[in-house]
Amino acid sequence: MAAISGVGFGDRIRRFSLKTRCTHSALVQLTLVRFREFWREPEAIFWVFVFPILLAAGLGIAFRNHPAEPIRIVTISPELAQSLRNEKQLRVKLLPKMAAERELREGKAALLAAPGPDGGVVYFYDDNNPDGHLARLLTDTAIQRAAGRVDPVPARDQLMRESGARYIDFLIPGLLGMNLMGSAIWGLGYAIVDARRKKLMKRLIATPMPRHYYLLSFLLSRLLLLVVEVGALLGFAVLLFEVPVRGSLLELGILCVLGSLCFSAIGLLIACRAQTMEAASGLMNVVMMPMWIVSGVFFSARRFPDTLQPAIQALPLTAIIDALRAHMLEGVGFTQLAPQIGVLSFWLVVCFALALKLFRWR
Amino acid sequence: MSQFPTGCALRVRNLRKVYKDVIAVNGVDLDVLTGECFGLLGPNGAGKTTTVEICEGLTPPDAGEVELLGMRWDSNAKYLRQRLGIQLQDTQLSDKLTVLETVRLFRSFFRQGPDVAEVIALVQLEDKRDARVGRLSGGQKQRLALACALVGDPEFIFLDEPTTGLDPQARRQLWDLIDEFKHGGRTIFLTTHYMEEAERLCDRVAIMDYGKVIAYGTPRELIASTGIEHVVEFSAERLLEEMELAVLRTIEGVRDVRPANGFIRLQVTQLHRTVPALLEELRRRRIPLTELRTHSAALEDVFVTLTGRRLRDE
Repeated sequence: MAAISGVGFGDRIRRFSLKTRCTHSALVQLTLVRFREFWREPEAIFWVFVFPILLAAGLGIAFRNHPAEPIRIVTISPELAQSLRNEKQLRVKLLPKMAAERELREGKAALLAAPGPDGGVVYFYDDNNPDGHLARLLTDTAIQRAAGRVDPVPARDQLMRESGARYIDFLIPGLLGMNLMGSAIWGLGYAIVDARRKKLMKRLIATPMPRHYYLLSFLLSRLLLLVVEVGALLGFAVLLFEVPVRGSLLELGILCVLGSLCFSAIGLLIACRAQTMEAASGLMNVVMMPMWIVSGVFFSARRFPDTLQPAIQALPLTAIIDALRAHMLEGVGFTQLAPQIGVLSFWLVVCFALALKLFRWR
Repeated sequence: MSQFPTGCALRVRNLRKVYKDVIAVNGVDLDVLTGECFGLLGPNGAGKTTTVEICEGLTPPDAGEVELLGMRWDSNAKYLRQRLGIQLQDTQLSDKLTVLETVRLFRSFFRQGPDVAEVIALVQLEDKRDARVGRLSGGQKQRLALACALVGDPEFIFLDEPTTGLDPQARRQLWDLIDEFKHGGRTIFLTTHYMEEAERLCDRVAIMDYGKVIAYGTPRELIASTGIEHVVEFSAERLLEEMELAVLRTIEGVRDVRPANGFIRLQVTQLHRTVPALLEELRRRRIPLTELRTHSAALEDVFVTLTGRRLRDE
């Protein structure tokens, strides 16, 4: 040993003790490297953590459900105006005849109520305008009741304002699925192609590093980052928008892990031979773009023609989004999600096997 | 060391590698002795890197045999990987990691070796320990690459063009480092296209050109084998005619005259007699000089003598 331990190292060359063996383990070090490379890339942090939250916030606000706006109507009679004041769905304005007619013509009011010649009332409105119809119904009911009409069938309103039926509720599982796909495919694809391009991968296989550790470090770091990624978006959605999570958290976690592994396998397959960033990002876009559109991130995948449905349902992004939606919004359990879980497992196994077979280390 | 009684750390026999239509390595034989610093020299594209990467077990050869530390890649790869230190040509280590993190990563792959801090000290990067790799200079990056090759306390070190692209000062610093651990009993196999580097560092060299070894021995032997002692090069204000070159050949002590890269290059045995005679001859023929230089024969001249080309196309 002394003969081969050169200048500077002296007798201090040694095998690791059990404790240092853990902290020095190649797998731990490789995984730490993955983390460091991720955290030290501010753009990655933005796209993975901040962007989905901004998107959810923006869309959530734009498509928030608010109470129907009152319909604007005009009248030229103070008595009619008085009898309409109590109807909350109408905003009544008392105007001179000329001004009232102008408002109606210009569409600022949906209806003009004027006293009739026989002590009745005349409604002026455009029957092609849905607001006109609604205004006619509401105005007439209000006037008749004010004049003493009694409804023969008693009726009362029961309001249904439940979370789970709003656009934001529909959107969050979609964004979650999109995020799982993007971060796995981009994260793996870029890092692997970059390492190959810089010949870093070749340098690594020139060491005794077990090759499967290298790939395993990507999966491990992906799963650990997943907790933060999903936690951030889901936490935001639950706390701020009260998006429901009706299924069990454990099952939700397993779904996310399965989805992330599935997309990681696809990312690995994309990156298994690409030599340049351009080739890799081209492939990534070809793979991800169609799924962004057809897999139901922003609107239901069912809107596409029936003939396309079998293909759309077989896509991994459709499967994970459908499963997440059913799980979060309806509390559907794993037994009913078998088709989606099957699709995800299929892509996972096939892509991973292919990627390992085709993978090029240099 | 006693496990290699032949004293031969690397033995390469009849190595061949063909890429598409290029024969990169064409029947190369090499013996690298235990404890020596062996240099593989040659111009870019001579097949040096392919040869080294076959020896490193990174590229399979089409034909031929490689025996490294008494073992073969197909049966003892795991053992060999633990015993080798490798620096590849133009590997870019991750810019976002620090020096310490990079060395620690490479250290984690080896069962035994020195402390991370020791290796960093050895390549004189202590003050850059926590600097990101992306912020290092070219010389510092090369020293970091060297550190990554040393973390497993290797018996055998491959250095592929370790100083290419460095400024002279950084190159000299790296030479000093290599010199230092050369004396530690390790075997070093380096490739370079800088002849000064080979002369400075290597005990023995092989010169490669077009996939073949064209010269093999100690730098002193190779230089002596050409029979040249000195080289005189000059350039004139006008081109010299063939007849005039023939006249120069008749000057006492001149062994060979040939034009090379705009210069006329004379191989000379007795500098003190030839130079005055040369100047006299040029003056008599009214050929004004624009530049005159002379140096003792070096490996560079061996290459020029053997191939008629310069090593670097400057």
